[in-house]
Amino acid sequence: VIRSVCVAGAGSIGSLLAAHLARVSAVSVLARREAHAQALNEQGLRVSGRADFTASVVAATDPDALPEPDLVILACKGTDLEPLSARLAGRFPGATVMTIQNGLGAEEIVGAHGDWPLLSAVTFMSGTRHGDTHVEYVLDTATWIGPHRGTTEADARIAADLIVSSGLKAEAFADLRPAQWSKLIFNATVNGVAALTELPHDFHFGQEERLSDLGHLVRELVDEGKAVAAAAGVELHDDPWEMNMLATQRGFRHSPSMLEDVEARRPTELELINGSLVREAAKVGVPVPLHTAVYRLVKAKEASYSE
Amino acid sequence: MRICVVGCGAVGSLFAANLATLDDVEVWAYDVSQAHVDAINANGLRLTGAGEVVGRPCATTDATELPACDFGLVVTKAMHTEPAIRATAHAFADGCVATVQNGLGNEETIAAHAERVIRGTTFPAGKIVEPGVVQWDVKGDTTFGPFEPKPAPFAEVERLAEACTRAGMPTHAVADARGPQWRKVIFNASTNPIGALTGLTHGRVCERPDLRALVSGLVAEGKAVAAAQGIVLDADPEELIDHAAKPEVAYGHKASMLQDVEAHRQTEIDYLNGGIVRFGREHGVATPLNEAIWALVKGVEQSWQ
Repeated sequence: VIRSVCVAGAGSIGSLLAAHLARVSAVSVLARREAHAQALNEQGLRVSGRADFTASVVAATDPDALPEPDLVILACKGTDLEPLSARLAGRFPGATVMTIQNGLGAEEIVGAHGDWPLLSAVTFMSGTRHGDTHVEYVLDTATWIGPHRGTTEADARIAADLIVSSGLKAEAFADLRPAQWSKLIFNATVNGVAALTELPHDFHFGQEERLSDLGHLVRELVDEGKAVAAAAGVELHDDPWEMNMLATQRGFRHSPSMLEDVEARRPTELELINGSLVREAAKVGVPVPLHTAVYRLVKAKEASYSE
Repeated sequence: MRICVVGCGAVGSLFAANLATLDDVEVWAYDVSQAHVDAINANGLRLTGAGEVVGRPCATTDATELPACDFGLVVTKAMHTEPAIRATAHAFADGCVATVQNGLGNEETIAAHAERVIRGTTFPAGKIVEPGVVQWDVKGDTTFGPFEPKPAPFAEVERLAEACTRAGMPTHAVADARGPQWRKVIFNASTNPIGALTGLTHGRVCERPDLRALVSGLVAEGKAVAAAQGIVLDADPEELIDHAAKPEVAYGHKASMLQDVEAHRQTEIDYLNGGIVRFGREHGVATPLNEAIWALVKGVEQSWQ
C-alpha cells in the first residue's frame, strides 16, 4: 500500500502528479528552488483545464526536510536526472523509486545512486505550467507503469491504481518495454524533426504528397526505429507512425519539449531520446543513417548556442 | 556584342560592371529592384573590394525595353529563373542564353524559353552594400559549355568566355561543363544546409567529426549521382570542403543558406539537394540523406508561414 508519495521535480508532469495524488495520499514535493518550495507550502498547487481544484502539499528543497515516502516519483527532465538522483543518494531507504523520463536509460542513472526498488513509467499526459503553483491539465492520456529492478507487475499495479484513484489515467504492464519503445521511436522522430525545423508537431509531419514533404522523412525515421525494436526483440505496443498521425490529426499544434528547449536555447533531452535509439541500434547491428543524421544535427545545433 | 545580365544581384553585378568596361560590348542589366536600377543608371555600377570597378550598363526593371541581344547571362536565385527568363526571352530570340546560377535544373528551365543554351558555373562572390554598390568578396573562375539538349554553337560559347575573361572575369569554354557544375552543387548541397540547420559556420561544421561524416555521406550520394550520368568531376568536393574550413579561407563563413534561414528568406534547397534527389531518381541512384536534408530545410521554410 502506498500512503505517501514524494514527487521530485515539479515541472508540468510533476505538478500534475503531485496535485492529483495529494487527493488520495500524503504528498511531498522536492523542488529545486527555495522560492518554489515556499510558494507551494503557502499556496498549495492549483490544477485547471481538465480538472479544477487546489491541493495542499509539503515542499522543500532538501530531501532531509521531507517525510520518508513509500513511493518517490522522479518527474524531472532527463537532463536533470543525474544531479537529482545524486541528491537522493542515501535517502528514503524504504521507498520504491519510479522514473518517468523520456527515452531510455533513466532507470540505470537512478539505480547507480541507490538500491531502491525501481518502477519504470512513460507518460503521455501533458500540462502547461502557469507559474510555480498553477498547472493546466491539457492532454488526459495515460501513464504506463511496469516493473524494473526489484519490483513486480503487482507493484506496478498498486502504483497505477493509486494514480487512477487520484483522477489521472494509468495502466500497469508486466513488461513496459513495448510501450517504452513505442514512445521512444515516436519521441526521437518527432522531437528531432521539430527541433531542427522549428515546426510544432502539426500536419506537416504526416504530409507525403510531394517528394520533399516531411511525412516521408518521418515515416522513414519510424521505420528505422521499428527495425531496431524488432532486432532487440521488442514487440511494439503502438505503431509510432499511427501515434504520429493521431497526434497531428488532433488539430492541436503541440510544441514538443525538444523544440521548446531549442527555442529557449536550453540543453535538450537528445542523449536520453535520440542518443539512446542510435546506441541501441549499434548494439543490435541495425543501421540507422537517418536517425544518426538527426542526432548529429540536433547535437550540433545545441552546440551552436551552448558553447 | 550586346549582353544582357538577367538578375543583377551581387554576382550578376560583378559580371555586368566588369563587362561594361569593355568598349566593344554593350551591357544591359535587368533586375526587379527599382532602387538598384535607378542607382546604376544615375551613378554607374560600382564594385569595391577584390577589384575597384565602375561600369555603366543600361539598367532596367522593364523587360520590354530590352533590345535584341547576342547573349543573355542569367544570374538570378534559382527559384526566380522561370519568371526572369519568361520576361526576357524575346531579347534572345536570335542569341544564346547562359546561366551561372547555383543548383541544378536552371538550364532546363531556360531551355523551355530559349533555343541556344549555355551551361555555366561561377565561383566569384560578393554582396550588395547599397543600391548601385557591390562588395566584391572573392575572385574566381567561371566555366561555360553548351547545354547538350539545346546547345549553343561552341564558337558562341568561346566568344562569351573570351569577353568575360577580357573584362577581368577569367572564364573557360569547355565541351562538357557538367563537371565543374556538379562539383559546386555537391559542395553546396553537402555543406550549406548543414550550416542552415545547425547555425554553425563552415569551419565549425567541419571540425565536429560526427557532422563532417554526415557531410561526407551527402558528398558520396552526390558523387554517385554524377557518376551515373557519366559526369567526371573536375575536383573532389571533399578536398574543397576541407580547404574552405581552414581559418584563412572560410572557417567563419556563414553559408548563404544559413543567412537565408536567419532572415526567413526562401532558400535554394530545391535546386541543390532537391536537384540531386531528382537526378538520382532519374538515374536509379538512392539519395536518402539528401532527401532527408531537403525535407528538413523545407520544414524550416514552412515554419515561417
